[in-house]
Amino acid sequence: MSAASPGFGTTTAHRRVPPAPRGERVRNVVFEILLALCLVLACLLLGTLLVDVISDGAGSLSWDFLTRPPSALPTLAGLEPAIFGTLWLVITCVAFIVPVGVGTAIYLEEYADRTRWWNRLIEVNIQNLAAVPSIVYGIFGLAFLYRGGLDLGPVILTGGLTLGLLVLPVVIVTAREAIRAVPPSIREGAMALGATRWQTIWRQVLPGSISGVATGTILALSRAIGETAPLLLIGAVVFITENPSGPDSRYTAIPFQIFAWLRFPQEEFKNKAAAAIIVLMVVLIAMNSIAIWLRNRYQRKW
Amino acid sequence: MAREDRTASPANAAQPGPAPSPAHDALLGAAERPHGGHRIAHPEDRPWVFDLRDVTVTYAGVPAVRHVNFRIHEHEVTALIGPSGCGKSTLLRCLNRMNDLIPTASVEGEISYHGQNLYAKQVDAVEVRKRIGMVFQKPNPFPKSVYDNIAFGPRVLGMKGDMDEIVEQALRRGAVWDEVKDRLKDNAFGMSGGQQQRLCIARALAVAPDVILMDEPCSALDPISTGRIEDLIAELKSDYSIVIVTHNMQQAARVSDMTAFFTVELDESEKHRSGRVIEFDATDKIFTNPADPRTEAYVTGKVG
Amino acid sequence: MAAGTASATPGGRPPLGAARRRWGEDVIRALLFLAAMLSILTTIGIVVALAVETFGEFFADPIVQGKGADGATSIGGYLNGIADFVFGTDWSPNIRPLSFGVLPLVAGTLLTTVIALIVAVPLGLGAAIYLSEYADPRVRKVLKPILELLAGVPTIVFGYFALTFVTPVILQAIFGQEDVGSFNALSGGLVMGFMVLPTVASVSEDALSAVPGALREGAYGLGASKLKVSTRIVVPAALSGIVAAFVLGISRAIGETMIVLLASGAQPNLTFNPLEAVETMTAFIGQQATGDIPVDSVRYKTIFAVGALLFLMTFVMNAISIRFVRRYREVYE
Repeated sequence: MSAASPGFGTTTAHRRVPPAPRGERVRNVVFEILLALCLVLACLLLGTLLVDVISDGAGSLSWDFLTRPPSALPTLAGLEPAIFGTLWLVITCVAFIVPVGVGTAIYLEEYADRTRWWNRLIEVNIQNLAAVPSIVYGIFGLAFLYRGGLDLGPVILTGGLTLGLLVLPVVIVTAREAIRAVPPSIREGAMALGATRWQTIWRQVLPGSISGVATGTILALSRAIGETAPLLLIGAVVFITENPSGPDSRYTAIPFQIFAWLRFPQEEFKNKAAAAIIVLMVVLIAMNSIAIWLRNRYQRKW
Repeated sequence: MAREDRTASPANAAQPGPAPSPAHDALLGAAERPHGGHRIAHPEDRPWVFDLRDVTVTYAGVPAVRHVNFRIHEHEVTALIGPSGCGKSTLLRCLNRMNDLIPTASVEGEISYHGQNLYAKQVDAVEVRKRIGMVFQKPNPFPKSVYDNIAFGPRVLGMKGDMDEIVEQALRRGAVWDEVKDRLKDNAFGMSGGQQQRLCIARALAVAPDVILMDEPCSALDPISTGRIEDLIAELKSDYSIVIVTHNMQQAARVSDMTAFFTVELDESEKHRSGRVIEFDATDKIFTNPADPRTEAYVTGKVG
Repeated sequence: MAAGTASATPGGRPPLGAARRRWGEDVIRALLFLAAMLSILTTIGIVVALAVETFGEFFADPIVQGKGADGATSIGGYLNGIADFVFGTDWSPNIRPLSFGVLPLVAGTLLTTVIALIVAVPLGLGAAIYLSEYADPRVRKVLKPILELLAGVPTIVFGYFALTFVTPVILQAIFGQEDVGSFNALSGGLVMGFMVLPTVASVSEDALSAVPGALREGAYGLGASKLKVSTRIVVPAALSGIVAAFVLGISRAIGETMIVLLASGAQPNLTFNPLEAVETMTAFIGQQATGDIPVDSVRYKTIFAVGALLFLMTFVMNAISIRFVRRYREVYE
C-alpha cells in the first residue's frame, strides 16, 4: 500500500489526516500578524497624536485662555473670539443645511420620479459634490459669496453658507436614509384616510425620521467645525478686536486660529495651538457622543 | 329590459341557474348564516354604490385584471374571492384611487361612484379617499398613541367638532372602545394584532366614510380576532357599504351578501395571463349552486 | 334600471366633481424642487467660476502671456500662456521675474500623494482584509470605531502633528537635521497617508464583504488555507471595489490642504526628493488668500487657474472611482 495516494480498497489506518506542512502554517500566521499590524499601526498613530497634543497643550489650558482675545504676545493669546466665531458659524450653517438638506431629501424620496433624467442627475451630482476638495468650496465662496454675485464680504454669513454647502451632501444622504426607513404602509394608511401628500410627509414621515435627521445634522456640523481650508479663502481674520456677534461680523474660528498660531515661530504659540486643538477635540467628542446617544435612544425600529 | 347577471364568461349566458327559493334558504340553515343576512332579491332593485363597466387595469402595459363588469350595492358586503394573482386587490385599490400612487398603473373602462365617474379629470383623489376608506392586509397603525391614531384623519381633514367625542365614537363603532378607553395615550404599537386591526378600522370610520374597502383584513390574524372582525363587519354594513377581498372562502360565505369570483386566464392575444371575473352573484348561489364549473371547482376546494 | 344616488353622498359631503386645485401642495413641491436644484447650481457655480476666471481672465491677462502689465494680448499669446502654464517648470506668480509654470505645484502634489498612498494602500487594504476575513465580532466592535475616529480627526490636527512631531522627533532623528528641513514632503505625505487610510479601508472592506460567502466556502472546501482564500479568491473577486478605494484615496490626497500646507511648505520646488520642502497646488491656493486681494489682480486669477486644475484632477479621479464601485455593486447585488 503506497501512502502517497490511497485508492479504493486501502484500510482506514492509512486515512489519518496529517497536520498542515510547516511552511504553510508559518505563512498563515505571519500573514495574519501582518494584517493585524496594519490596524495596530493606525491605532498607534492615533494614540501618539493624542498624547502629543495633550502633552503640548494641557499646560496652556486655562480659563484665561478661553476668555482672552488673540495677541501678538504668545503668553497673552486667547481663544475667546474664535470660540464665538465657531459658534456663530454653526448657527448660520444649521439654519442653512437643515431646510435645504431635508428639503432636498424629501423631494428626492417622496416626489421625484426616478425615471426622469433630471432627478437622476441630481442624485449623481450630490455624489460628486461630496468628493470635491474642501478648498474648492472656499474658491466657490470667494467667487460668489464673498465677492461676486452676493458680495456679502468676509463675514460669518459667508463662512456659514460656504461650510454649509460643503457638508450639505452629508445631511442629504442621512436624511434620505431616515426618510426611506419609514415603511410605505404608514404612508398608505395616511393617504387612504384622505390626507394629501404633504400632510402625510409633514405629519407622519418627518416625525418618524427625525432622529436620523438630527444625527445626520450633528455629524455634518462636526465636520464643518473642523474645516480650515475654505476659511482661508473667505476672509477669516487672525487678529480681531471684538467677538463676532452676528452673521454680519468679521470673525475667526477655532481651526483657523490654530492654523494662524502655527505660522508664528515662537514655541509658545505652538503650545497655544495644541491647547486650542484640545478644545476643538473636546467639542467634537461631545457632539459625536450626543449624536450617538440620540441615535440609540430615539431610533425607531419599524 | 332584463339585465343579465354580469358574468364575464360568455358560456354562462346559457345557464342562468335556478332562482332562489324558500327551500333553498332552509337548506342553508341559521347556523351557516349566523349574521342573518337578508334574502337577496333580484340584484337590480337595490341602490348601488359602484358601477364597474369594462374595467381593465394594467401595470406598465401588462394587464392585471380585465373587463370587469358588476355593481356593488349599498349597505351590503361584497366579497372578491379567487386564487392569488388574479387582480382582486388591484381592483379593490382602484375603487379609492390608491392605484394613483403607482406611476405605471393605468385604469381603462369606467368606475362610477353614486353616478359620478371616479376617474373624471376634475375629480380629486384626495376627496375620493375621504369618502371611501381602506383597511389593509397587515395592520398599519401610526407610531403614535391610540388617540392620535384615530384623531389623525379628522384633524387632517379639518373636521369640526369635539375631538374627544369623535375619537370615542369611532372607537365604539370599531368595537374596540372598551379595550382601549383607559389606554388612549398609550402607543398603538403595543396592542395585539387583532386590536391593531380593529383600531385601523376605527381610524377609517373616524373620517365618516360612505364605503369601506378591506384588503384581506384578517389574513394576518388569529381565528379569534378574525371572528371578532367578522362580527364587526356584520354590524357595520347597516351604515356603510363594504367591499372585502379575501382568500378565505368560508369567511366570504359567512360574511358577504354578494360575491365576485376571479380567476386567471390567458387573454385574447394569448400573450399574458390576467385576472377576470368569472361569476358575480348572491353569495348563497355562488357557494351552493354556482353557474360556472370553474367557480364550483374553486369553492368546493378542488382547485385554488 | 335602478340608478345609484347621484346627489350628495352620505356624510354631508358635496359631490366629487367640485374639486379645487390644491395650490398649497404645488407651492410646497416647487420649493422642495428648488432646494434640490441648489446642489446642481452649486456644481454649475463651481465649474463656471473656475472656467471663466481661468480661461476668460487668467490666460487672457497680458502678464500671464508674458507681455508685461500693459502689453497687448493676442490669440498666440493666449495659447502661449496655456503652454507655459501646463509645461513650465518655474512657478513664481508673485515675485519678479514672474513666471506661471505650474509643474512644481503638480510635482509637489504628486510627490506627497505618492508617499501618502504608500502608507494608505497597504495599511488600509491590510486592515480591511483583517476586519473582513479574520477579525471576530468582538474585535471588530473595538477596531471599527477606532478607524472611524481616525476618519473624524480634523485635518488641521494632523497638520499640527506632522509639523511639530513627525518632522522634528522622527525624521530629524533618523536622517539628521542637515538633511531634513523643517518643511518636507515626507512628513506631510506620511501623515496624509494616515488621514486617507480610513477611506481606503472602509471602501475596500465594503467590497470584500460583498463577495458572497459561497465563493469562500467553495475554496475552503477544496482544502485551501485562509491565506490562500483571502489572497487568491476574495481579494481578486473584490478587485474593482479595491481599485475604487485606491482611486478615491488618490482623490482625497490630491485635494487635501492643511496637512501639506503646514508640514510640507509653501515654497514651490520641482523635485522628487521627499526630504525637501515642496508646495502643493492646494497649499498654494491656501497660502494666497490671506488678506484682501484685488479682484482683477493676477494673484486673484492665479487662485482660480490652479483651482481649476485641481478640480479637474479630482473630478476625473472621482468619476473613475464611481465607475469601479458601480461595477462591483452590479456583479454582486
